[in-house]
Amino acid sequence: MAAMTIELQPGFADKVLSAQSTFRTVMEAMARPGQAMPVLDVVDGPSSMMAGVAALALTLLDQDTPVWLDHAFASAPDVGAWLKFHTGAPIVARPDAATFALIAKPASLPDLASFALGTPEYPDRSTTLIMQVSSLTAGQTFHLRGPGIDGTTALTATIEPCDLFARLSINEALFPRGVDMILVDGRSLVAIPRTTRLASSGV
Amino acid sequence: MYVAVMGGERAIENAHRLLAHERRGDRSVPELSLSQISEQLGLAVDRVMSEGALYDRELAALAIKQARGDLIEAIFLVRAFRATLPRFGATEPVDTGAMRVQRRISSTFKDIPGGQVLGPTFDYTHRLLDPGLAEGGNPAAPALAATSDVPMPRVTDILRQDGLIEPSPVAEEDAPVGDLTRDPLSFPAGRDLRLQNLARGDEGFLLALGYSTQRGYGRNHPFAGEIRFGEVEVEFFAEEIGFAVPLGSIELTECQMVNQFKGSATEPPCFTRGYGLAFGQSERKTMSMALVDRALRARELGEDVVAPAQDEEFVMSHSDNVQATGFVEHLKLPHYVDFQSELGLLRKLRREFADANAAPEMKEAAE
Amino acid sequence: MNAPTYNFAYLDEQTKRMIRRAILKAIAIPGYQVPFASREMPMPYGWGTGGVQVTAAILGPKDVLKVIDQGSDDTTNAISIRKFFAKTAGVETTTSTDAATVIQTRHRIPEAPLRAGQVLVYQVPIPEPLRFLEPRETETRRMHALAEYGLMHVKLYEDIARFGHIATSYAYPVKVNARYVMDPSPTPKFDNPKMDNCPALQLFGAGREKRIYAIPPYTPVVSLDFEDHPFTRYKFDAPCALCGAEESYLDEIVTDDKGSRMFVCSDTDYCEGRQAAGHRGVESAAPHKEAANG
Repeated sequence: MAAMTIELQPGFADKVLSAQSTFRTVMEAMARPGQAMPVLDVVDGPSSMMAGVAALALTLLDQDTPVWLDHAFASAPDVGAWLKFHTGAPIVARPDAATFALIAKPASLPDLASFALGTPEYPDRSTTLIMQVSSLTAGQTFHLRGPGIDGTTALTATIEPCDLFARLSINEALFPRGVDMILVDGRSLVAIPRTTRLASSGV
Repeated sequence: MYVAVMGGERAIENAHRLLAHERRGDRSVPELSLSQISEQLGLAVDRVMSEGALYDRELAALAIKQARGDLIEAIFLVRAFRATLPRFGATEPVDTGAMRVQRRISSTFKDIPGGQVLGPTFDYTHRLLDPGLAEGGNPAAPALAATSDVPMPRVTDILRQDGLIEPSPVAEEDAPVGDLTRDPLSFPAGRDLRLQNLARGDEGFLLALGYSTQRGYGRNHPFAGEIRFGEVEVEFFAEEIGFAVPLGSIELTECQMVNQFKGSATEPPCFTRGYGLAFGQSERKTMSMALVDRALRARELGEDVVAPAQDEEFVMSHSDNVQATGFVEHLKLPHYVDFQSELGLLRKLRREFADANAAPEMKEAAE
Repeated sequence: MNAPTYNFAYLDEQTKRMIRRAILKAIAIPGYQVPFASREMPMPYGWGTGGVQVTAAILGPKDVLKVIDQGSDDTTNAISIRKFFAKTAGVETTTSTDAATVIQTRHRIPEAPLRAGQVLVYQVPIPEPLRFLEPRETETRRMHALAEYGLMHVKLYEDIARFGHIATSYAYPVKVNARYVMDPSPTPKFDNPKMDNCPALQLFGAGREKRIYAIPPYTPVVSLDFEDHPFTRYKFDAPCALCGAEESYLDEIVTDDKGSRMFVCSDTDYCEGRQAAGHRGVESAAPHKEAANG
């Protein structure tokens, strides 16, 4: 069999400052759930990976963070090699062994309970899901409440699976255990940490 | 009229300038060189390397000079520098059995293969101040003998052949090397992390804890099976070329304590181990470490945890002199705000106390 | 010799990533103490290494940094930390609470209300609010897991039985988002109400104890109390002698050895701002500014 050569896309132009600026975006997003925040320094990652996901991967992943890929990412020829080269993160087969999970096609999102949910003593030992969605500007409107939100906030988004917030109710049942989620549309991020609750939703 | 005190920035600059001046001392006295420190204050350098957790004699000497001989300050300087160094990986385990020994003693057997080697030691010196040293001058050249190729097996290995001592734990081939500087510590901690903590721990703290076990606070009947000091090779497995390459050699002191035996209905009794290892020649440190290591194995060996030296959370949380000195000395920092809060509360409580005690008298007077 | 070279904001990138991941988890679990592999910093443990590591992990070239200790920009440790970041990150520094994007603090929350987009970074010596009741980490961790906080209420109630009041005047425990009991760091309890529903993000770093925790914006933070002994804020008897402020926290200045005292704002930026706006106290004078060195 001929060796397959993959032309890898580059990483950040300025590793230090781009990682800092992307981190501030995701920190702000996590602190203000439901609000879309733009990633300022983008990279051309693998073709199936949105710019925001690539920037998050370069910012948060390294050899200390096992990462789980959904089927679409795992079967793309360049994703594993790009992640390995730029971050050194080990790719794991079990979702509950992963610090981060990268999800290209959320329609086939596995049961959230299959990810690491932390323990009562160490609820931080849980998987953070980074998920590509169809839109963070158009679609259904979700009214959210919880820490980081002044009253309620409206998130308009097109998310598959459409029962995402119903599934996220495990966060309420299990708290302080749970999963934290970052939704990505292009270079735009919305965080849904485990404390965020659905107040109401409508079209 | 009140004028607010400002000018802290200038005060800091001037304090540092004065410190540098005091460090230099009388300028008519020749300045210390780093090689003078590393050659003539070698044991201070060894301690700074061990507790600073960085094997670099020159940097340790620089730290001692910069710290005006305050070894905990020097250890802190080395640690702060070490924390910024990139990490390439972990070396292969060093083989202390293959050590080029300068000193090796056992208190458990009169003679052993390879013999007892006293080497450079304060033991059996009479502690009389030597006025001759005040003048300086060269001491007599050391006595020499032909080197010997006789191997020097570790005393614990000899005991192990007869099954008289518990086996040395064998590392799992693919298990990661624990490192408390890279992962936050949680309890209970494995022996690898405990030994790492003790190796970086304050010599004085370990000495006092080791001593306390001898006096009955967690007694474990130790014998100094062997103490050896000398050079060992350090090798690094390079993945690119597929074999281990030598990086150089370092000086180490190793102490293996042989302790009271354990046994059970299913296992014959045998001695247990306590282990100490440090950079350079650091016998007091390694002996203390071996005593405390053994004491900390209480839970694993089914002993009651009753003494401070057996209490892993207590020992590991307080052994680090850089942490300890920082927090003790932070009491020097301004605490005006929290003190003011206490002052306000105390005044209020005293006022209420005075009112309560004054009230009955007034009542009596009125009657 | 291995001559040292340092990265932007001192910390290496791997360390920053580790701290950043801990910060995200801390925000996601308000009031929970996330363990992190705290590094040895070039200032002593207990002198703000936790706050410094958090600040170093978030700081960027667009930030404007303010550092206060005891409410003041001019205390020696505040100057030392501000200089550290000016040198290693080249960021703009300020003494203005309003102009700052990142404020690192020891023992105070600024008097001026914080706004959305600002980050307040606290230096924390002992992050565990239960530590003085139970020294063992294994035990306190279990108590947090079960939300078993009875011991804390017993302690506070014993105070009331003995002194008639809760005898905790600083590092007064709070409950965050109705779940975790949290140590607000040794701020006076006067500052506790400012943490509640605050528009700014509050991050807490404990370097020696290797913990990071957070309060997201707009999060309920309640000081522990009892129905019959509600939490009260400390009230000073006199206004600030310099700016006349009635509602600020004051430093007590001993002016002679005959028992004379005066009280001035601990928050120097707030006090100077009020004086600049024309407010006066009984001892008003322009603060003495230092002359240029040399």
